[in-house]
Amino acid sequence: MANARIEFRNVTKRFPARTRDGEPVVAVRNVSVSIGDGEVVALIGPSGCGKSTLLNMGSGLYLPTEGEVYVDGRRVTGTNPQVAFMLQKDLLLPWRTVLENAELGLEIRGVQARERRQRAHALLVKCHLSGFEQHYPHQLSGGMRQRAALARTLAVDPVVLLMDEPFSALDAQTKMVLQQDLAQTVMEERKTALLITHDLVEAVALADRIIVMSSRPGTIIEEFTVDIPGRDDPMKRRRHARVGDYVVRLMELLHIGDKSAAEVI
Amino acid sequence: MSTERAAAAAQALPDPGIENEAEAPPASVLVVAAQPAGKRHGRSAGAGAGFTPGTLASSAAVLILFLVVWQWLPAATGVPEFILPPPTKVWSEFVRMLGSERLLYHSGITALEVVVGFVLGSLLGVMIGFVLGLSPKTELVLSPYILALQIAPKVAFAPLFVMWLGYTVYPKIVVAVLIVFFPVMVNVLTAVRTVDPDMVSLARSFSASRLQIFRLIEYPSSLAPLFAGLRIAATLAVIGVVVGELVGGNIGLGYLLTFGEGEGNTAMVFVAIIMLTIIGIAAYSAVAAAERRVLHYVPRAQHITV
Repeated sequence: MANARIEFRNVTKRFPARTRDGEPVVAVRNVSVSIGDGEVVALIGPSGCGKSTLLNMGSGLYLPTEGEVYVDGRRVTGTNPQVAFMLQKDLLLPWRTVLENAELGLEIRGVQARERRQRAHALLVKCHLSGFEQHYPHQLSGGMRQRAALARTLAVDPVVLLMDEPFSALDAQTKMVLQQDLAQTVMEERKTALLITHDLVEAVALADRIIVMSSRPGTIIEEFTVDIPGRDDPMKRRRHARVGDYVVRLMELLHIGDKSAAEVI
Repeated sequence: MSTERAAAAAQALPDPGIENEAEAPPASVLVVAAQPAGKRHGRSAGAGAGFTPGTLASSAAVLILFLVVWQWLPAATGVPEFILPPPTKVWSEFVRMLGSERLLYHSGITALEVVVGFVLGSLLGVMIGFVLGLSPKTELVLSPYILALQIAPKVAFAPLFVMWLGYTVYPKIVVAVLIVFFPVMVNVLTAVRTVDPDMVSLARSFSASRLQIFRLIEYPSSLAPLFAGLRIAATLAVIGVVVGELVGGNIGLGYLLTFGEGEGNTAMVFVAIIMLTIIGIAAYSAVAAAERRVLHYVPRAQHITV
């Protein structure tokens, strides 16, 4: 892709063997993914297929054994300010207030106190957390904590969002609300996002494109576009007639419901 | 720090082990983590939120009942006074010691030794704990010796220190430092090793420097286990000081203990024990109060009494 915001080129990641004479673990093999500006790509695959490894390489926390990762055309050699990630765990620091947590990335980057406070505050308002700035994480519900985590992720104004099952720890209804929040924010701020998920409907509702990975060593089995309008309103989009077709296609690709599924997954 | 290395490092830790001292405080010093403190959040549990007037009265009643039984039962069953002096005798001995035996002076010396030993031992424990926690290689190299020193009963060193440092306060302080050092050091060390690696990854993803990772993630994460270690250390410090005074002393409550024993003055022994307990309670309460302030963000799970 010409102006890819983030691109994985023939990326392979091997981890050293766990035992002395064991085989090295190949987490990901020869994966190429290219995500354009403002695109949301969902990555689906069975557990252990290396999706999280891809995310770590995208953010510069690991380096690929083979292949390269590019962000905005520049090779990724370490962590960089343009990429931010969000995990299933909110990773809110328990000893910091919600506001201080949202400021974390800005503080590490050396932004001045007043400016950090303003930016963090503005994002908390946007994430529907105004009034809770001085609360501590343990006083918040799971959905609110993930919102705070989203505020923290967006505070550093990243170009690319890498999200590893950010909503899978939440109950189904809170999940839908947060999916809506995320979709709107991503559209408004024109962020590029790679969303790892196990939720098939979530993938179809939130993404422009879906990539399906095989089990370990993870490679790409298939890639297709979600041809349904209204990406910024997933609550409406998921009611569209074609959603079911996409979900069925994903189920087939992932062999969910097959008699032999137990061996594959 | 990669997960594999963290796991490998955790296995290389010296086993917290068991303090061989007579009082045998909880063996696994890491068990009591971030339970107490935390007054911020409003909602307190019904039962166990703290003393109501009713429970306070009940506690006082238990004490009074105990004193009454202690006063009456030994005499009624023919236990001689030099074995088990009744509370009235203990009290009159206490009053006598205030005047004739300079009780407050001795108590003050012991308290001073406890405080100095505790502070020095804790500071050393924190510093070394962080150094070893952040440098797994150093810790691995030193681990056999750390383990050996940890298992060696520190109070057995008291006679040695008396021979080296004489009949002064210093041997007692050194024993206290040694006893306090290990639980604090082990707790800090393990806390640093068991910091959530995903939190460290989060900081790294923002391109945090090593110092920032320590200051923002590792150090604050260690405070809860650190205070758990400090609470245990506060009571251990008293033990260390007492043993030092028993072995080689002419001042302090431990000295009064042996003096009373030598004279067959059981009441004096009781008074000394009670004064030592008061010092221990004061030390522990000070640490617990500091912990409540520092760890104010920890949700209060239940009412903690130990």
